Amino acid sequence: MNILVCISKTPDTTSRISFRAGDTEYNPDGITFIMNPYDEWYALVRAIELVEQNGGNVTAINVGPAANDIIIRKALAIGANDAVRIDIDPADAYVTAANIAGHARSKNYDLIMLGKETIDYNGSETGAMIAEMLDLPFVSYASALQVSGNMSTVTRDIEGGVEVCQVEGPFVLSAAKGMAEQRIPNMKGIMMAKTKPLAVEVASVQNPRVKANKYVLPPAKSGVKLISPDNMDELVRLLHEEAKVI
Amino acid sequence: MSVLVYVESPKGHIKKTGNEVVSYGSRLAASLGTQCVALLIGKADDAASCGLYGASKVIHANPSSEAEFDSQSFTALISEVAQKEGADHIILSNTANGKALTGRLAIRLNAGDVTGANALPETSSGFIVSKSVFSGKAVVKYSIETPVKVISVMGNTLQPQASGSPAPVETVDMPLKATKLKVIERKTSEGIVPLPEAELVVSAGRGMKGPENWGIVEELATVLGATTSCSRPVADSGWRPHHEHVGQTGVAIRPNLYIAIGISGAIQHLAGVNNSKVMVAINKDPEAPFFKAADYGVVGDLFEVVPRLTEAIRRLKHS
Ligand SMILES: Cc1cc2nc3c(=O)[nH]c(=O)nc-3n(C[C@H](O)[C@H](O)[C@H](O)COP(=O)(O)OP(=O)(O)OC[C@H]3O[C@@H](n4cnc5c(N)ncnc54)[C@H](O)[C@@H]3O)c2cc1C
Ligand SMILES: Nc1ncnc2c1ncn2[C@@H]1O[C@H](COP(=O)(O)O)[C@@H](O)[C@H]1O
Repeated sequence: MNILVCISKTPDTTSRISFRAGDTEYNPDGITFIMNPYDEWYALVRAIELVEQNGGNVTAINVGPAANDIIIRKALAIGANDAVRIDIDPADAYVTAANIAGHARSKNYDLIMLGKETIDYNGSETGAMIAEMLDLPFVSYASALQVSGNMSTVTRDIEGGVEVCQVEGPFVLSAAKGMAEQRIPNMKGIMMAKTKPLAVEVASVQNPRVKANKYVLPPAKSGVKLISPDNMDELVRLLHEEAKVI
Repeated sequence: MSVLVYVESPKGHIKKTGNEVVSYGSRLAASLGTQCVALLIGKADDAASCGLYGASKVIHANPSSEAEFDSQSFTALISEVAQKEGADHIILSNTANGKALTGRLAIRLNAGDVTGANALPETSSGFIVSKSVFSGKAVVKYSIETPVKVISVMGNTLQPQASGSPAPVETVDMPLKATKLKVIERKTSEGIVPLPEAELVVSAGRGMKGPENWGIVEELATVLGATTSCSRPVADSGWRPHHEHVGQTGVAIRPNLYIAIGISGAIQHLAGVNNSKVMVAINKDPEAPFFKAADYGVVGDLFEVVPRLTEAIRRLKHS
């Protein structure tokens, strides 16, 4: 089976966040970027497992500038067979989705996998957009996936539980925790990744529909109020009368 | 021009998040000088109640069918209603299903969209929607540049207030298109408010030492009427079910009150919880990072503090 895995790049969660150009842009200077954990640990690894079991090919795709090649090579080192980078720094999810759908339209992928969301902007919308553009079913928040021929059984997280569904391929899936276990690339994988094909394609869609035009910091916390462990009535009073949350 | 709100009705009931999106949609409609129409799909026992939260009309599609969720067929139906109603602002809940619909609807309706809005849009100049990003470390203001806009609203963004009167309900028969996806089973816990909707959350971490000690946490949660959650290592060790895991790789929540018991407050944990309105940390280590993020802190042994807190809340409830 041929699987397309969409991988994105995000700042490491522990990095300090700052803005520039009058708080209209995110400042990437000095930030460590990583492959989005949902894409790497869950979507990519499950795709590789499926191809290991059933044969086929895993293509990793990223919409982004040349600086992203480093995370694409990591996907190849973990086990993707080849990769595509669409050469544009996408300004919104629409641009990302339109370019991925544009690439996928002329190929015969049996499955398009994404992470459930990016951990920086938490959009959780790219997969739905690709599915609509290609008129395919979409299963989001998938925590388990079994494939049997053209039929897949998918467990997906919903509020307070799970839903199990059966879907006929091709389809689009976004992966959540539970789907697979993280794989650390080994030396052989890293060496092989250097020679695996990484095709660069020009962007077919460039104009965003949504613009991030201002960043603001959340209101600063006023500092913690410490309450004696012997006086829980005081904590309850504060929660009731001051914070008004109980 | 109008605002169309898709209201989810899991198991045939509208939940608080449903009332919330109707309130959001009707307040947006008021600021735009237009009307808010609520849309329900499949069984729902209280469709007219959307009027209480400001909808001037309810469209109830296929009121007697089970209407199993599929983002593809639901998108087709919602778009058709949006077009018929001339709706140019579509509002949804930021739930698993709501998010799966938001991106699809944006494409179908040639719209720009924002998922997880945390406030009403600013409409005085342009159309600006804000949301919390970078694990709560910043808020971004998005400008939606297209005539049609689709927004999913984060839970607990505003308090729904029932002040209107029941709205007229128009039932319509719009069979859902057959698709290649079939839901075969659904397992949800009964009677507990799911984490993303919970207003009160009691959470515990590795400081609990083992799963056998969770009784005091559950008792506190029961007395408060709170939902329980946990840190990631707790779920990873199988002490608690995975759906309780909050944080960067778990569920992101924004309750009014989050009580963290024996949780150190690692950045990846805070990422999922620091949009809570008020946070309380209980930890024996005064240097625990959680105290930097919390509003109220108790430095002490949780095995003594938690039962005392439960008793103090009982006293408040009885007073
Ligand atoms: C990429 C990545 C993603 C991650 N995602 C998440 C995530 O989504 N959610 C998450 O929670 N973590 C996540 N983590 C893990 C995170 O970094 C922390 O390791 C984790 O949150 C720690 O859990 P904890 O606070 O329960 O345990 P610990 O850090 O071990 O803290 C236990 C705390 O209990 C206190 N304690 C012990 N005994 C008592 C007592 N008797 N009374 C009172 N206090 C006591 C201790 O002082 C300590 O502060 C992630 C890590 C990585 C690298
Ligand atoms: N620039 C990108 N290139 C390739 N895939 C992406 C990109 N941005 C997002 N994705 C994929 O879409 C998923 C959801 O992203 P989002 O909708 O932005 O939360 C991610 O987990 C990735 O799998």
